[in-house]
Amino acid sequence: MEFLGDVLAWFLDPENWKGPAGIPSRMWEHIQISVVATVAAAAVALPPALWLGHRRRGGFVAVAAVNIGRAVPSFAIMALFLPISIRLGLGLGFWPTLLALFALALPPIFTNTYTGVRDVDPALVEAGHGMGMTDGEVLRRIEAPMASPVILAALRVSAVQVVATAPLAALVAWGGLGRYIVDGFAVQDNVRVLAGGVLVALLSVTTEIVLGAVEKRVVPKGLTTTEEVIPGAHA
Amino acid sequence: MIFAQADEPFVRWDWIGRNLDDLWAATQEHIILTAIAVGVGLVISLALSIVALRWRKTYTPITWVTGVLYTIPSLALFAFLVPITGLTRLTAEIGLVSYTLLILIRNIVAGIDGVPGSVLEAARGMGYTPRRMFIDIQLPLAMPVIIAGVRIATVTTIGLVTITALIGQGGLGFFILRGLQFFSAIGTTQILAGTVLSVLLAVAADLGLLGLEKLLTPWAKHKAAVG
Repeated sequence: MEFLGDVLAWFLDPENWKGPAGIPSRMWEHIQISVVATVAAAAVALPPALWLGHRRRGGFVAVAAVNIGRAVPSFAIMALFLPISIRLGLGLGFWPTLLALFALALPPIFTNTYTGVRDVDPALVEAGHGMGMTDGEVLRRIEAPMASPVILAALRVSAVQVVATAPLAALVAWGGLGRYIVDGFAVQDNVRVLAGGVLVALLSVTTEIVLGAVEKRVVPKGLTTTEEVIPGAHA
Repeated sequence: MIFAQADEPFVRWDWIGRNLDDLWAATQEHIILTAIAVGVGLVISLALSIVALRWRKTYTPITWVTGVLYTIPSLALFAFLVPITGLTRLTAEIGLVSYTLLILIRNIVAGIDGVPGSVLEAARGMGYTPRRMFIDIQLPLAMPVIIAGVRIATVTTIGLVTITALIGQGGLGFFILRGLQFFSAIGTTQILAGTVLSVLLAVAADLGLLGLEKLLTPWAKHKAAVG
């Protein structure tokens, strides 16, 4: 109990809310890099996934992507991008973290979008073509909206995964909320460790809830999000 | 901080040659951590699945709780556990086990649910008791889906074990973590060695379980996992 009091005192200490090592600044670093990584991964993964799903080709890429994503530990990806980033002259911290999170977010977005579009009822696609729609129109006006529950769920799953993995960035000298946990482990300061754990868990669960709510609003009426999406590697 | 020289090789093969014993010991440690996690996870999941199948209303709360557990980042979960259970193997295993539950329970329940009603009807007609029916009929017929879940849980756990290096466990993760402390080819070599061995372990475990499935269910077509 005394220990939990110490954790509460840590949160109430104004010193922990100020400056570059304060909670707002660490939270901002965490959110900033997670958003950039997820948006970049979506920008790269969505176009080929939509097109291949439309052509109903390249299923092996989708399967391979998710299997490789699962077999390579996210910690290893984070670690491997450190020497790569240094070689490329991009240094420590921001770039290795961003590249690693980007690489982690790609497979689930790609694979789920691909399967979502591929599994759209062929009768609807045929009806579209029958009405004289071009390939692009069928994709834009039929397949993408029909697959939107799966695509949005995939984006949510990836975003949560990125937020959950970003704490490891403290190991490659980036900030974010992981700093409290990793530094706390290093100096055996359990109060800081637990405070960091609370912040990271809160941010992950909030991301899940907020994106889940966005999903409900954006998905066209009549399409429900009952479909399961394939998660990427756990972090 | 010493940065890598441009003319330095990316990988130092001599380091690997000199550390074969340590790499082998870490690989064994990695296998043990994974086996305990998946084994204990399977026992708990089987028990919870039986509860969920017997009392249908409990399925939603069970998947909800295990789903929340699955959403908590591993580093945060370890942060919660370390003040209680310390930098120990127990801490690592509690975290690893809790991440296997959702995947395993979903697949066990989906597998049992997928057994055709006509088969159950026939078994009942032949005088099977519910318990015998579960053990002799439902479980074997659900085996492909259950093993598909075990494969996903195992591969995921092998990856997660590396993170437990942060709490003094970690198997091959030890080399990944230590490699980060050298800004040189020696560091990169250690990161790569840990990564490659961990991936090989995941592939081997996946193929091994696939073989086990074929052995256990010679009659079945191979079905995809739930998630």
